[in-house]
Amino acid sequence: MKNTPLTEQHRQQGARMMNFHGWEMPVHYTSLVEEHLCVREKAGLFDLSHMGELRLSGDTALATLDRLISNDPSKLEPGQVLYSPLMNERGGIVDDLVIYREGDGFFAVVNAANVEKDERWIRDHLLPGTTLENISADTALLAIQGPEAETIVNTAFACDHGSLGNFRYWDYVWNGIRVRISRTGYTGEDGFEIYVSAGAVQTVWNMLLKEGQPHGMQPIGLGARDTLRLEARLPLYGQDIDESTTPLEAGLSFAVAWDTEFLGKAVLTKQREEGLGRRLAGFILQERGIARSGCTILDGQGSPIGTVTSGSMSPSLQKGIGLGYIQRPWNKAGTEVYVQVRNRQLKALTHKGRFVQGKK
Amino acid sequence: MANPRDYLYTKDHEWVRVIDGTARIGITEYAQNELGDVVFVELPAPELIVEEGEGFAVVESVKAVSDIYAPVSGTVKAVNEALEDSPELVNESPFDEGWIAELEINDESQLKDLMTADEYDALLEEV
Repeated sequence: MKNTPLTEQHRQQGARMMNFHGWEMPVHYTSLVEEHLCVREKAGLFDLSHMGELRLSGDTALATLDRLISNDPSKLEPGQVLYSPLMNERGGIVDDLVIYREGDGFFAVVNAANVEKDERWIRDHLLPGTTLENISADTALLAIQGPEAETIVNTAFACDHGSLGNFRYWDYVWNGIRVRISRTGYTGEDGFEIYVSAGAVQTVWNMLLKEGQPHGMQPIGLGARDTLRLEARLPLYGQDIDESTTPLEAGLSFAVAWDTEFLGKAVLTKQREEGLGRRLAGFILQERGIARSGCTILDGQGSPIGTVTSGSMSPSLQKGIGLGYIQRPWNKAGTEVYVQVRNRQLKALTHKGRFVQGKK
Repeated sequence: MANPRDYLYTKDHEWVRVIDGTARIGITEYAQNELGDVVFVELPAPELIVEEGEGFAVVESVKAVSDIYAPVSGTVKAVNEALEDSPELVNESPFDEGWIAELEINDESQLKDLMTADEYDALLEEV
């Protein structure tokens, strides 16, 4: 199994470790629910160094990227960050990316399970004059999320991050270490993601743990990361979105720039004209139980109308919540549907937007 | 938390406490720790007749779903209704307040297939 530069620290801290797509990662340190609520109420520190980073540079880097992603990278200026699906020609999602505009190119953060696939896909579509580098091994990623995150990073890096807007980033040097810090995250709370070199990440991790402690910050495993993102209704690649789902079906139309040309656009245009057969919808169970990925969604007559793609108990709401692809018109918010869980059919109401709002 | 000496155990990390022909059933300290935060327990219906080895209840943590198998054949005579509102009792008090169900035992001879506390301690040494 692959390790991050912090794996040994996680073990020493008593984390329960799991195999996450070939990476040995912490699932929780104390308890998933406690860690989840700690991020909602105070702050949490995550090691996300398993995520991949690719860099595109050269005169044609913008044109290469523009053709591969559904969003519009042309308006992005250095210091800005963009979310976008990486597309295939069938309108499916190869991966979902967070893209940083640099002075001479783009820095794309990709899902750990997809690094090799994405690299191959982008390399197959490189325009002459674009250089692609996989810098995943040299790049470590931490996230600090929660209502106390800003206070902690301000103290930790001796720098006021109050004017760093959402989806903006700064590069600076702290104690001789190059730091990239962006106001982004995957929890629904205010927070930051911090990129440092693999060689420097232990120093930064230990420093942040120490500075965060007086504010109640704890290290957080991937277990709570999943429940936090689900409460914030953020899709997870490989579960809620994949190569067989389009950005429109997945509710990602905010990341589709119709005035640009990109792979699979014809499929999306057709879907937009003809209407979608199914949509990713959120739901909240109205009775006790937990819907799990793969459970069938039924209408009031017991006919199948969809499938759950993510489901869990919401630690904040103390109710079962989930996401699933549901046929029209049952996807409409407030519709009564049923989820087949073992031999029971649990009543659920479809839900629009986040399940839980962030504190800031 | 030590495994109570007067309980019997299964290889699936369940415990059985026999009182007057009734088997009270729960999961062990080891099992609750492996599962993590228990957030839902699906209790069996009263008077349900179950065969030894049959799944008759479900314990769910945030991440995992775990079947509870009947350690012996019998009829469900009681369920721990406190778990409906407080499933975390399985974590906090696995051997006592976190019990799951009671079976009226059909055939007491099946009890001799279960492990003693010493045998279960030895099993945990190996995992």
